[in-house]
Amino acid sequence: MFRFFVSRIAQTIAVLFTVSVIIFALMRLVPGDPVLMMLGDDFTQEAYRRLQTKLGLDRSLVTQYLIWLGAILRGDLGDSYINHERVSRLVWEAFLPTLSLVVASLIVGVVVAVPSGVVAAMRKDTPWDWGSMGFAIFAYSMPSFWKGIVLIWIFSVYLGWFPAVGYVHPWEDVWNGTWKLVLPAITLGTFFSGLVARIIRSSLLEVLDQDYIKAARARGVRQAALVYRHALANALIPVVTVIGLQFGALLGGAVLTETVFGIPGMGRLTVAAILNRDYAVVQGTILVGVFAVVVVNLVVDLTYAFLNPRIRLA
Amino acid sequence: MARPLDADSLPLASPAADSDRAAGAGGLTSARRWWRRFARNRGAVFGLAVFVAIVLMAVFAGALAPYDPVAQGVGPANATPSWSHWAGTDSFGRDVLSRIVFGARIALLVGVMAVLLAMVVGVVLGLVAGYYGGWVDAVIMRVMDGLFAFPIIILAIAMMAVMGFGVKNVIIAVAVGFIAPFARVTRADVLAVKEEPFIEAARLAGVSSPAIIAHHVLPNVLAPIIVQAALRVSGAIITEAGLSFLGLGPPPPTPVWGSMIAEGRNFIVMAPHISTVPGIALMVTVVGLNLLGDGLRDLLDPRLRR
Repeated sequence: MFRFFVSRIAQTIAVLFTVSVIIFALMRLVPGDPVLMMLGDDFTQEAYRRLQTKLGLDRSLVTQYLIWLGAILRGDLGDSYINHERVSRLVWEAFLPTLSLVVASLIVGVVVAVPSGVVAAMRKDTPWDWGSMGFAIFAYSMPSFWKGIVLIWIFSVYLGWFPAVGYVHPWEDVWNGTWKLVLPAITLGTFFSGLVARIIRSSLLEVLDQDYIKAARARGVRQAALVYRHALANALIPVVTVIGLQFGALLGGAVLTETVFGIPGMGRLTVAAILNRDYAVVQGTILVGVFAVVVVNLVVDLTYAFLNPRIRLA
Repeated sequence: MARPLDADSLPLASPAADSDRAAGAGGLTSARRWWRRFARNRGAVFGLAVFVAIVLMAVFAGALAPYDPVAQGVGPANATPSWSHWAGTDSFGRDVLSRIVFGARIALLVGVMAVLLAMVVGVVLGLVAGYYGGWVDAVIMRVMDGLFAFPIIILAIAMMAVMGFGVKNVIIAVAVGFIAPFARVTRADVLAVKEEPFIEAARLAGVSSPAIIAHHVLPNVLAPIIVQAALRVSGAIITEAGLSFLGLGPPPPTPVWGSMIAEGRNFIVMAPHISTVPGIALMVTVVGLNLLGDGLRDLLDPRLRR
């Protein structure tokens, strides 16, 4: 167990290092001179040279990378080219709405997926199964941004039940904040539920075929108790892995979903920064987004190891 | 070292070459057998039908589209669907149906080209990493691990930021996100194949490493790669649509499904068809490709069968 933890953490650090090199390299490929962009139109040679030295752009690429990495490790993502705010502050402010959207979507996804996966497995090869799995395929094939627009059309424009756009932190105004998150969370969560329902179905079918389930059935345990008390807990373990594997896709989907619902999150910040050529912010959001994905994957893997006695006791 | 034997006269030929010969002998019956196995999966047949329909729509867009897709004012602005405009018109009075038909071209072009590009790059990297091993393998696969950590749409957004707009850049931006999966799948299979006796035999016969990779390793790892490719096209199309939706795709007035959905968002109250109808085209395409990909996977790669 301890060795597994250590090697998994070392792997994560290696991946984070590679990610940082990739992002650094990408941002060096951006056309245009960052010093010119920060200075604007009116500047002297002296000011140019001073800023160049301050940013370390007159040194070798390796030195530049190390300076950049050192700053990041201290939590310093630099300043925005446009309004000279701290990138770390901008990213943090945008990260919270995105995080609450992702968490809400995870909840919606699991709440939808568990019953539909269980029904599909229990009534395998019946219309229940086909309906449930057909829904799953549609749910993850529908592009999230389009699903969001259709939901706005039906539930905001036509029925008027939910607000079409806007965001309030749910921890600041529980009722209003949650209400505004419902449609975005359904938009993003049903994508996730489609995947999870398929996993639950196949892993439940596998578990139901195990000897201990047959033994329980032979002892006369009722079908419902069999599923909920004996089989489901084991069938849910793979779901933990899927959450880890799909967290990146979920974050990517959040970027698009935010744009639809006017949520001031990472996606909107990134796209606005690209259109403004504010590469300090682009670099910051992408770095933080990918780091979040890698770290969540680590946490999920460690949780999985903890849940699975074959790894925990090794 | 003198070559003791000609590689072609070796008794140990690679299994892929054997099966090629077998297929040549009884080509028709084996093709029919494959089709019968494929046709048993109704979802896959539906997916194939959708894919063929989309390809035809893209190829014959000029003949099928009732109007010029970029001509403004061919009808009143924001008109709801009618006999003269089956899918209505958008805010510039352009015919939505014609734009959807032409949009299939961009969707397919980007989806297929991006996956092909990613496949070529990923497979070469995977072959080299798996066959040579050692530090080459370590370097290539660590870079792949890094790329794999990026959510595909976020990597594509970053690439667009670096490269600027245009269809060619969209293809590259989407492709980069799909390289790592191809490299991983290829490498894993190469590691297994390179231990086979026929590879050893070819090596002893003095066949050069690149030739072994091309003629003996590659044919034997191809099936899972084709499955990967089929499964990824829908993802590439969705990624392109996402980029276009964010305004980072091919520039206007190119008819692109993602940008059409984004443009219609502002008219959702009075003209909901502008964004909903292109979305249906996108969704049908993606569902079809997913079903087709699942079917091909079951057919070609029994290990992955559910």
